[in-house]
Amino acid sequence: MEVGIVSYGAYVPRYRIKPEEIGRIWGVDGKGMGKGLMIFQKSVPSPDEDVVTIATEAARYMMDRVPDVDPKDIGAIYVGSESHPYAVKPTATIVAEAIMATPALTAADMEFACKAGTAGIQACMGLVGSGMIKYGVAIGADTSQGAPGDALEYSASAGGAAYLIGTEKVIARINKTLSFTTDTPDFWRREGQPYPLHGGRFTGEPAYFRHITSAAKMMMEAMGTTPADYKYAVFHQPNGKFPTRVAAQLGFTPEQIEYGLLTPNIGNTYSGAVPLGLANVLDHAQPGDRIFVTSYGSGAGSDAFDITVTDEIVNYKRSNAPVLEKILADPIYVDYGVYAKYKGKIVMPE
Amino acid sequence: MASVAKEWREIPGRYNLVGCKCGACGKIYFPRRNLCPECRRASIGKMEDYAICRKGKVFSFSVIYDAPECNNLLKPYAVAMVKTDDGVMISAQLVDVDVNSIEIGMPVRAVLRKLDADGESGVIHYGFKFVPDN
Repeated sequence: MEVGIVSYGAYVPRYRIKPEEIGRIWGVDGKGMGKGLMIFQKSVPSPDEDVVTIATEAARYMMDRVPDVDPKDIGAIYVGSESHPYAVKPTATIVAEAIMATPALTAADMEFACKAGTAGIQACMGLVGSGMIKYGVAIGADTSQGAPGDALEYSASAGGAAYLIGTEKVIARINKTLSFTTDTPDFWRREGQPYPLHGGRFTGEPAYFRHITSAAKMMMEAMGTTPADYKYAVFHQPNGKFPTRVAAQLGFTPEQIEYGLLTPNIGNTYSGAVPLGLANVLDHAQPGDRIFVTSYGSGAGSDAFDITVTDEIVNYKRSNAPVLEKILADPIYVDYGVYAKYKGKIVMPE
Repeated sequence: MASVAKEWREIPGRYNLVGCKCGACGKIYFPRRNLCPECRRASIGKMEDYAICRKGKVFSFSVIYDAPECNNLLKPYAVAMVKTDDGVMISAQLVDVDVNSIEIGMPVRAVLRKLDADGESGVIHYGFKFVPDN
């Protein structure tokens, strides 16, 4: 049975802030900081946006592209995020209602730092592949948090993408998925805490690089492939620097990761990062293109996917919703004062 | 604080612009109502749910400078009367736009946004707002 992506949708809030503006407030060379991280601007959610609204927008775009799919045929919806608006009350229920998929479906929120969205894709693949459900929806979305003045403040942004997983009219077949998971405390946020903490340089070699390269090598060994067999590659992108380096370590070229690397333009969308990178690749993909995807979530784990774009993408109604280039085309820039207000960093009177 | 049950009953309209259509004369209403004011008795039992088109054009608008507390972070903001593509007039906030660039006739679409929350620990209320449809 062919399991894969039947449709997808992406959304990024319209507001942006540049690292030099953040650096101006904290007495830091923000432009240099942005250059070091390879992040030249990041998205900022409006005060009336959160993971529910971002996930809904992405899911509605996803459904707009498959007008023949009855939302009542969706049997599962998983929303992966580390910034769910409620600690208890699933984001997935609200999104399911907003795309009119209720009530005959299962729904749950997932959390695995930045890879909860790809974990949702894997869960949907299992349910669809076993015949338990017809379609599953997996969404990765975040309005990520960075403490004021912390290095994360230059990268933590907002956005998300939604994937409809099924077996009919598959536009991108998922040939295989596998994961590499260990207990590695490189980044965490305790219950009730507003901002995460991280292990600084420890987030690099033993965390991001070890997990991504391990999962990627396991995948290529299992499939009998080399980087040259893929047209595109998408890696988790907490900044622009890490995915560029990990791609080179594995033998992928800058051309292969170009479309899948959005962080320099929108910042780190956490659970949304790999789903958004893959969405941008699918915006450009042609039949036969093979795509290599490896996500990373702190804590830590990586999910790898080997994907082949099918002939069905020619019939796919991609133009029923805006592609990412259009979504990102007309940003509104804000200064740090507006950013602080929008992100709730200003304490308001009761 | 609004009643959780009252807000819950509003979900179909607030999330998906579900209004109703009179089975007798075909007129569409938003929000939902039990009776068509034109067909009256003839519409009893014939008012059917109808999801109104999320796209439309600005019919008129006003910019709000003195906002209720729930919208304090967004002011100044616009409230627009929008005529949807299926001819229904709906009012809501128009956001993600420079209020000085709004024009009558501007294409817009309805999106889901946070409307309000019952404090820091209460329920969050979601509903439709309009954004430019570029």
